Amino acid sequence: MQLADLVFYLLALLTVGSAAVVAFSRNVVYAAFSLMGTFLGAAGLYVFLAADFVAVVQVLIYVGGILVLMVFAVMLTHRIEDVQVSNRSVGTLPALLVVGAGAAILGYAVVTTPWRTAEPVPAEATTRIIGDLFLGDYLLPFELASVVLLAALIGAVSLSRKELRRE
Amino acid sequence: MQAFVDGLIAAGWFAALPTQVVYALAMLLAGALVLFVFIRLVAGSTTWVERRIWARIHSRVGPNRVGPQGVLQWLTDGIKLFMKEDLVPAAADARLFRLAPYVVLMGFVATFAVIPFGSRLVIAEMDAGLLFVLTVTSLIVVGILMAGWASNNKWSLIGGIRAAAQIVSYEIPAGLSILPIVLMAGTLNLQELIRQQGWAPWEWYVFANPFAFAAFFLFFTAALAEGNRTPFDLPEAESELVACFVTEYSGVRDLMFFLVEWGNLYVIGALVTTMFLGGWNAPVLSNSVAVQTVVEFLVFFAKAYFWVFVAIWIRATLPRVRVDQLMSICWKYLVPIAFANAVAMAVWVLVFPSGQPAVAAVMTALGGALIVAFFARVAFHLRRARVRSRQRLTLSPFA
Repeated sequence: MQLADLVFYLLALLTVGSAAVVAFSRNVVYAAFSLMGTFLGAAGLYVFLAADFVAVVQVLIYVGGILVLMVFAVMLTHRIEDVQVSNRSVGTLPALLVVGAGAAILGYAVVTTPWRTAEPVPAEATTRIIGDLFLGDYLLPFELASVVLLAALIGAVSLSRKELRRE
Repeated sequence: MQAFVDGLIAAGWFAALPTQVVYALAMLLAGALVLFVFIRLVAGSTTWVERRIWARIHSRVGPNRVGPQGVLQWLTDGIKLFMKEDLVPAAADARLFRLAPYVVLMGFVATFAVIPFGSRLVIAEMDAGLLFVLTVTSLIVVGILMAGWASNNKWSLIGGIRAAAQIVSYEIPAGLSILPIVLMAGTLNLQELIRQQGWAPWEWYVFANPFAFAAFFLFFTAALAEGNRTPFDLPEAESELVACFVTEYSGVRDLMFFLVEWGNLYVIGALVTTMFLGGWNAPVLSNSVAVQTVVEFLVFFAKAYFWVFVAIWIRATLPRVRVDQLMSICWKYLVPIAFANAVAMAVWVLVFPSGQPAVAAVMTALGGALIVAFFARVAFHLRRARVRSRQRLTLSPFA
């Protein structure tokens, strides 16, 4: 398992490393682009969990859709380089306290959870199974989610049309 | 390919190495072979083919100096670009500027992981293969946006944003026109899609029923737009935007963008061939596995390259559409038609779950009639064309 472990750690490093750039970079464009590394790394981790379909869809939706949208929005922003902190009422000390408390709780949860380990099973293709479940056992939730998304789409279109009429 | 490597391991070839290392090495070797032998050769020589065909269509000569008929022109162009200085503009964002070509190249090369070359020649027979191709090509959008922004140049930025908007928009009709085929085949696996078709035209999915026929044209149009090809080459629009997001690039990085552009043509052709035109299916000509593999490769390559030729032909013939026309073609025409087509195909699959051979035969006859009518029309116009020069009108590009 050594080589697979190596690949896993590389993927984990990619995910966490680019997430760190997203969090700490002062340049919004760098943050937006390094989100790509996080998404790709997460997709790789899904492959390790034998979820090939989820991995592909993860890249399709997050890199192909959401990331492009975010980069678009960032690029149309005026003067991205100099960041102006708008909220000055809360300083470093309260932030550190909150982050420390959060890290402590999360660490405690990680340590005390009885992690179940399973024997690795040979990966099998999941696309057909997911399709059958969506259009079989889970048809109602699937359709409901589709209707909600459709409503959101129509809402977005009608909002942007109103803006046009007012001008 | 996994079966092949398994066979080698079972035969005791790599007894000294752990299995995983053998797999990893095989993957690297296959990737290197595809990238350095196949992609380079095909994308590179396509630049020469394209320029010669345009020249013929425009009644010019075209590059014919380097090698016989100029076949080595692409090599000298490549060597020239390798020799050039790799400039990074002072005002550009150097890190992203350097990274962008690699992201674009990654999105393009990754498609070859699942694109087959023959029934045995494929790197990974992935179950979600078709979705994988759609997915990795979205990395190209990110790379283009990166290049456009990092160049710190108005033309680059406008070009990058145009390209991204166009690719993201046309992904929807492309996806929706793949859907009918997936409904019919019940799989996303490229090899399985091909296996379900046959070598004869009436066994191809394009002629299986009217909706698949419509999906074929929808997909080819949307794929041309996704590959930023004429009549949808707005991002490049040399007359407006200099060279779009490639404006500031020089040397090897420029070469990478062009490799992707021409290589993408082959990817479009390969996808069309796989989904609609029977892929590598060839009649059994020989009992030898090697000979049959070569035949399959040639059949697949010929079909795929024919669509490269069609794309070149379109580029030499049609003018470029405007931005508003581009968007209205996509959202007002292609998307609704593709939607209706997908729904109609779903009904068709429900009514005839195992296909309808009579319809396929009629569709094939109609398709054949269409091609015959096209060539009859071309021949008619060629006869009527008055040739003013003393030269004879010739169709051969080498005349």
